[in-house]
Amino acid sequence: MGSPAEAAAELCSTALAGDRRSLARLLTAVENRTLVAEGALRRLYPLAGRAHLVGITGPPGAGKSTLVAALVGHLRAAGRTVAVVAVDPSSPITGGAILGDRVRMQAYAGDRDVFIRSMAARGHAGGLASTTGAACAVLDAVGFEIVMIETVGTGQSEVEVAAAADTTVVLEAPEMGDEVQAIKAGLLEVADLVVVNKGDRPGAQRTASQLRAMLGGGRRGIHGPPVLITTAATGAGVPELLAAIDRRRGEGALDDGGATRLARAEAEVSGALGDRIRRRLDEPGMALARGAAVREVAAHRIDPYTAADELLASLLGVETGSSR
Amino acid sequence: MTERPIKVLIAKPGLDGHDRGAKVLARGLRDEGFEVVYTGLRQTPEMVATAALQEDVDIVGLSILSGAHMTLVPRICQLLQAEGLADVLVTAGGIIPDDDVPALKAAGVSAVFGPGTTISEVASYFRANARPRE
Ligand code: B12
Ligand SMILES: Nc1nc2c(ncn2[C@@H]2O[C@H](COP(=O)(O)OP(=O)(O)OP(=O)(O)O)[C@@H](O)[C@H]2O)c(=O)[nH]1
Ligand SMILES: [Mg+2]
Repeated sequence: MGSPAEAAAELCSTALAGDRRSLARLLTAVENRTLVAEGALRRLYPLAGRAHLVGITGPPGAGKSTLVAALVGHLRAAGRTVAVVAVDPSSPITGGAILGDRVRMQAYAGDRDVFIRSMAARGHAGGLASTTGAACAVLDAVGFEIVMIETVGTGQSEVEVAAAADTTVVLEAPEMGDEVQAIKAGLLEVADLVVVNKGDRPGAQRTASQLRAMLGGGRRGIHGPPVLITTAATGAGVPELLAAIDRRRGEGALDDGGATRLARAEAEVSGALGDRIRRRLDEPGMALARGAAVREVAAHRIDPYTAADELLASLLGVETGSSR
Repeated sequence: MTERPIKVLIAKPGLDGHDRGAKVLARGLRDEGFEVVYTGLRQTPEMVATAALQEDVDIVGLSILSGAHMTLVPRICQLLQAEGLADVLVTAGGIIPDDDVPALKAAGVSAVFGPGTTISEVASYFRANARPRE
């Protein structure tokens, strides 16, 4: 294939025409932040914005993948198309990863209207990969009605999914501790829906009541997010969850000017700005200036802020003609 | 920019409950810096092909100890080719008699690894033979 722009145009056309292999290759380009990906995103971004992006997060083993699979089953039974992006952690030492969420989602092989993609977080903190949002935009653009994002099994502070998704579902399992402590503040604060999964286990009702009591007086006033109980393994409670997810559209979660999408756009623009600045700083001329600045800071001759101001000034002054 | 990790699918096709080797391999390859998609037990050839397609893996690794490799492996190779995945490296391992290896290679398998294979052997073979990556 010719230039990155040509390759991007070709992949976009075939992916938009329904070719799943091209879609998969586009996602790889996005994940690797190639020039092809940038060209493709320019073309596809205007087509995105229609899908309902649903984030599923919660502690390791709570049943996120099982629940996603159950939701996919219900969506397909209703004739709705769905894509899943499942993120797993990368080893900080080797960069390798085991992407195991698919194990629970293998029932849909051969169904063209389900597309499942695993992603390694590649060192990005926050429960997602840095390119997860862009991957969702691609899946949205090619026409999937719902895009579900399964995060890395999270602790308390990996709340990035709330910015990436229109609806954030926080999963908890019963008996995670005498008090509900596993996810408390951080995660619950970003929940649009709270789900106690493993409803077949003792303590599910109790955990749900505790969560309701805890959330009642939260920052959303006396009406905290709904707390539902599911048994992903059998499908119990899953239709009710899907109905609650669908209700979010009516509540304005997908509106262009709504808080959720504005926050996402804000994060996307900031991210792109950061990328652009870093890329410019890596160009030969700037890399030299940066090296010099770093040595000055190491010697404590100037402070890091002054160095950054100076680099930024020369960055904005220098014309590199690198934009395509 | 450093080269991106190689993405590998480790699959257990057929009604074969021997997953120790596949798990050892998945963990070992992760520790060698690979991104490993593991799909679990009892995969149909269609599931393997769909996963390879959607995940856009560089390598498919089939682990079979049940003796069913002569039917499963050629079928999977066929499906992969039909999906346009001819550039994906297909490898197999487990309990596969030497006599069967030529037929598997003719079907599209590039190499077969038996008991006692070390992770570093597999990793070097994968690095040397995976399709080029941007
Ligand atoms: C442990 C074992 C079991 C355990 C499995 C536990 C588990 N969860 O895995 C249990 C007890 C459950 C079991 C059950 C059975 N087993 Co059994 N089992 C074995 C045994 C002794 C060792 C297998 C093993 O775990 N090896 C250790 C792992 C690490 O090695 P590995 O799988 O070979 O993988 C290595 C390489 O082969 C290679 N590799 C493997 N896959 C791949 C893939 C790729 C892509 C690559 C690159 C490399 C690669 O790399 C790995 C690391 O070195 C073998 C005999 C043997 N010596 O192999 C019999 C054996 C596999 N079992 C056999 C049989 C018949 C059975 C049973 C049907 C009944 C029985 N007679 O016991 C049941 C069936 C179970 C089922 N549902 O499928 C036969 C199979 C015969 C055949 N294929 O013709 C064997 C060969 C024993 C024999 N000589 O009869 N078994
Ligand atoms: N009893 C019971 N077990 C469940 C239920 N849902 C999931 N499980 C089990 O919980 C375990 C973990 O399920 P997963 O779906 O892999 O959980 P996860 O949150 O995706 O896990 P990670 O991705 O590793 O963080 C599996 O053994 C599931 O079978 C449920 O409703 N009831
Ligand atoms: Mg999971």
